[in-house]
Amino acid sequence: MSGSDFTFEIDGVEITARSGQTIMEAADEAGVYIPRLCDHEGLRHQGSCRVCTVKAGGRSVAACTQPAAPGLKVENETPHITKLRRDLVEMLFHEGNHLCPICEASGNCELQAMAYRLDMTGPTRFPYLEPSRGVDASHPDIALDTNRCISCGRCIRASQDVDHKGVFGYVGRGIHRRLAVNGSDLAHTDAAITDDAISKDVCPVGCIIRKGVGFTTPIGEREFDKGLIGHEIEGKRDE
Amino acid sequence: MSDLPKARIATASLAGCFGCHMAILDIDERLIELMKLVEVDRSPLTDIKRFTKRCDIGIIEGGCCNEENVHVLRDFRRHCDVLIAIGQCAIMGGLPAMRNAIMHSDDPLRECLEEAYISGKYIRNTTHSIPNDPALPLLLDEVYPCSEVVEIDYNIPGCAPTGDVIYDTLSGLLTGRFHGFEREEIRFD
Repeated sequence: MSGSDFTFEIDGVEITARSGQTIMEAADEAGVYIPRLCDHEGLRHQGSCRVCTVKAGGRSVAACTQPAAPGLKVENETPHITKLRRDLVEMLFHEGNHLCPICEASGNCELQAMAYRLDMTGPTRFPYLEPSRGVDASHPDIALDTNRCISCGRCIRASQDVDHKGVFGYVGRGIHRRLAVNGSDLAHTDAAITDDAISKDVCPVGCIIRKGVGFTTPIGEREFDKGLIGHEIEGKRDE
Repeated sequence: MSDLPKARIATASLAGCFGCHMAILDIDERLIELMKLVEVDRSPLTDIKRFTKRCDIGIIEGGCCNEENVHVLRDFRRHCDVLIAIGQCAIMGGLPAMRNAIMHSDDPLRECLEEAYISGKYIRNTTHSIPNDPALPLLLDEVYPCSEVVEIDYNIPGCAPTGDVIYDTLSGLLTGRFHGFEREEIRFD
């Protein structure tokens, strides 16, 4: 613990943080998992999905953007916050067309894995919006099915900040906000299969599809068939 | 336990693919244990078409895509103490609900049927008409999850759920020991 380090609490567990770290960064290092969808390692924080909402000093904040502070008392996995997170994830399921049985991302999908972790088993009180959105399969190596998009913006940040391309962007506002490509279709952008934005970990759902590799790992042997989302971070704590 | 009267179970497949009924058979040799606790009433497995008695547990596969599905589902609710929706189709509409996403035009069902039977690129329909035999049940405007038609007591997620989950849930319910699923065994695929 160096001079600028300090401690705060998440669910009663003491966490050491460096100055400038967000609550989530410090929690990750300490092996405490805070659920998240729009945040991804290596990309700048956006704080838009609100799945990482925690109570810090009694106020609801996004753990991925809120700086940790000395002596802060953070509530993470309380029944109340878990219920809020489940509501958010359910709304994401209802906003698009998320049909796990036909989706090639099933088993690798973070939205689905979050639903497992948050115990989303039954139908909900929300209506299904069932939007009608097209599929852009114009690119020889990549397809885009925005029926499954959760507007997390991870591909946008990866394309801008890592690839320095800006293939993806948002259009519209509020509930009409959608992912769009910077061109008439994906084939008319400079997107390439080697882009970070197209790599398999950036899109949390099955929206960005890398053609020809979807079923190289069969259903049942995929990432979240091996354990709940976040188990790798939580595993650090036992070490 | 053997002195207790056997529980009666009924099953039905609505707008589903029968995969969940196949998954019930994935219980494998534990079916022998299960059959010591239950008798099967109305079900495709017994080929009994109507309820012979009131049942303790009704198991529903598939959502509601036509009026016959709604009649069957309501019949199950009337005759069963506990109703279980099994599989994603029964819980949230599943694959048949894919048609809901194209249901935003002025005359959606007509458009859907015309594409399926007349105007679709790969259709070989020599009659050039949409089937309209009076024996065919009328299609609903959308595909509905079971919970939007009747009250559902339990949901077993999966497409199809594994034999293990089905066995654990059924044996848990029959012995009064079911307290929800382990998070690790929840699957939507």
